[in-house]
Amino acid sequence: MGMSRREFVQLLAAAAAGPFVLHADRALAAADGKDFYQLPAFGNVSLLHMTDSHAQLTPIQFREPSVNIGLGSSRGQPPHLVGDAFLKHYRIRPGTREAHAFSCLNFSQAAKTYGKVGGYAHLATLVKRLRADRPGALLLDGGDTWQGSATALWSKAQDMVDAQLALGVDVMTGHWEFTFGAARVQEIINGPFKGKIDFVAQNVKTNDFGDAVFAPYVIRPINGVPVAIIGQAFPYTPIANPRHFVPDWSFGIQDENLQAQIDEARGKGAQLVVLLSHNGMDVDIKLASRVQGLDAILGGHTHDGMPAPVIVKNRSSQTLVTNAGSNAKFLGVLDCEVKDGKLKDWRYRLVPVFANLLPADPDMQALIDRHRAPYLEKLGEVLAVSEDTLYRRGNFNGSFDQLILDALMAEQDAPIAFSPGFRWGTSLLPGDAITMERLMDQTATTYPAVTLNEFSGEQIKTILEDVADNLFNSDPYYQQGGDMVRVGGMDYTLEPGAAAGARIKDMRLGGKPIDASKKYRVAGWASVAENAQGEPVWELVARHLRELKTVKAKAPSQPKLIGVKGNPGLV
Amino acid sequence: MTPIHVSRRKFLSAASKFGAALAVLPLLRPFAAFAATERNTAAFSAKSMSDVIKAYGGADAKESTEITITAPEIAENGAVVPVTVESKIAGTRTISVLVEKNPAALSARFEIPEGTDAYAATRVKVGETSNLIAVVQTADGTFYAQKPVKVTLGGCGG
Repeated sequence: MGMSRREFVQLLAAAAAGPFVLHADRALAAADGKDFYQLPAFGNVSLLHMTDSHAQLTPIQFREPSVNIGLGSSRGQPPHLVGDAFLKHYRIRPGTREAHAFSCLNFSQAAKTYGKVGGYAHLATLVKRLRADRPGALLLDGGDTWQGSATALWSKAQDMVDAQLALGVDVMTGHWEFTFGAARVQEIINGPFKGKIDFVAQNVKTNDFGDAVFAPYVIRPINGVPVAIIGQAFPYTPIANPRHFVPDWSFGIQDENLQAQIDEARGKGAQLVVLLSHNGMDVDIKLASRVQGLDAILGGHTHDGMPAPVIVKNRSSQTLVTNAGSNAKFLGVLDCEVKDGKLKDWRYRLVPVFANLLPADPDMQALIDRHRAPYLEKLGEVLAVSEDTLYRRGNFNGSFDQLILDALMAEQDAPIAFSPGFRWGTSLLPGDAITMERLMDQTATTYPAVTLNEFSGEQIKTILEDVADNLFNSDPYYQQGGDMVRVGGMDYTLEPGAAAGARIKDMRLGGKPIDASKKYRVAGWASVAENAQGEPVWELVARHLRELKTVKAKAPSQPKLIGVKGNPGLV
Repeated sequence: MTPIHVSRRKFLSAASKFGAALAVLPLLRPFAAFAATERNTAAFSAKSMSDVIKAYGGADAKESTEITITAPEIAENGAVVPVTVESKIAGTRTISVLVEKNPAALSARFEIPEGTDAYAATRVKVGETSNLIAVVQTADGTFYAQKPVKVTLGGCGG
């Protein structure tokens, strides 16, 4: 070979004139093994961005969605692309390591080939390498960091707080963080984070006078360039999660206030202004068209692993909108050339974290081991073995959701069960043991109570319509960014493009139409009501799994869909 | 960042602690004057925007981009939805806030004295997903703007 692969990669990256990064991405796809992490630095200001790790400290498997439907102007547009349509859009060669990182195609086989992803010890190695080439780079954490694992729940997020400090996170914002309660959030921000990690959120105010709860932004110099990081917490926290955890705080998108913060930061001399956002990608794309003066929105919440930013033009300029996936599987790298007080050029890459290619950082590994030590026996209990791939992510029931629904119906003697359409939760490969730790990955919340309700057919329809509108409303500002409620026992038809209140049709139980006035027993969990009482859902599912011993392959039940045939958001 | 409101909060809390709240009372007098305005029963029991406008002697309302409604897209609590209305229409005399699907549409009406910024803030109850409508009356006619507010069951997020 006349040219080493490394030189080839660098040459390609250098040849990628203009702001488009697709050439560099293709080079990344061509490379493998050791050269996978040759990421030449660019410019004078670098931002590293992670989001939605959901407290996954150790390497895991995570299957990207096979269903992520986009409607109207979002149809076939990022992030509403899956499988082959995704690879084609980003010119990623099928069958490569990169194709595995970004798509669900051939998941279980490719997962065996390329191994686990994420893990803070491996991520720490990547962060250190990137920082070595990018002096002054800031590490931004978009939130959903403190929740999603057993150890985070049991330590009240202390393991994650310590890991963030060790990783060198500079700025963060939040969402699930708030489910530990306002007092715990303040305790961490004013305690271990003080002087180290800035928690920013321009859109959280007190209910009474509308006072700012957190600093709206922070200005940090990078190589002499003042850079403003504005925070945007998840706008619908008190609606999507229990209000009683943050009774005195009000959220919302608040683009007028955001514009004021951007103008203020620019007025104070910020030459690069970015929004560290937990809005979700569709909301961020709309927001970018409405506010002026944001160079980039580094986004999370919707767990979309997007290899390139969406460039949104607005009245005065343009804004790059990114989304950096979930589960510590990716690290976003935005390299900027800021000259004469403004952004001149940039490069962006979303770098997958393959645990096999990045040796564990010993200090971070020791920290993780120390936090896991008291719980090892509990975490490692094998509840059952799965014959099939288990996953959650996607617009409708995943196979792990199906397992939870089946457990709820069996244990509660209910013909119907609902389980929330969360986007977090790791994946398991055929033959893997379902340990308590993996079950907690799907269920670890501060409001896990199992509930049994008597709903009329009409109420069931209202619930399904309500959640469907939160997912498929044509205006992203009216969406909440979760997926459709998982439904067990009953069948239904869904027309995503229909008007609110008219999407759900033909609800049936055991083949018979559901009667609007008849009452049905419906098991569920994670009620947002303050007084919900019941067994934690993981105990119920664990009991069910211990009896099953082996989980047989079973296709998760899906609603019959109308009007989305050929949608690039469907595999 | 020390928002200016903090001092207001401290002032109020100090004022109540030391019984100084009494000193604030005279300031409230001008507002009490509004109570003397006779309540328009027909307007406050009307079912639709056109009936509310009719009850105040107006006619066809024109949609205007000079009226800005600020309200959450999705209500955190339908019982108290914060809403502000700002009118840039010259000679704005009144601002009315309506919730289209409430049993009685009109929630609040503000009379704007001449030379005052036409800006009103209040909290309204929104029973179900509905348009919020702001109606502005001037000497030249009636204008309106609207914004949907969603009231949702909650849960299942992210």
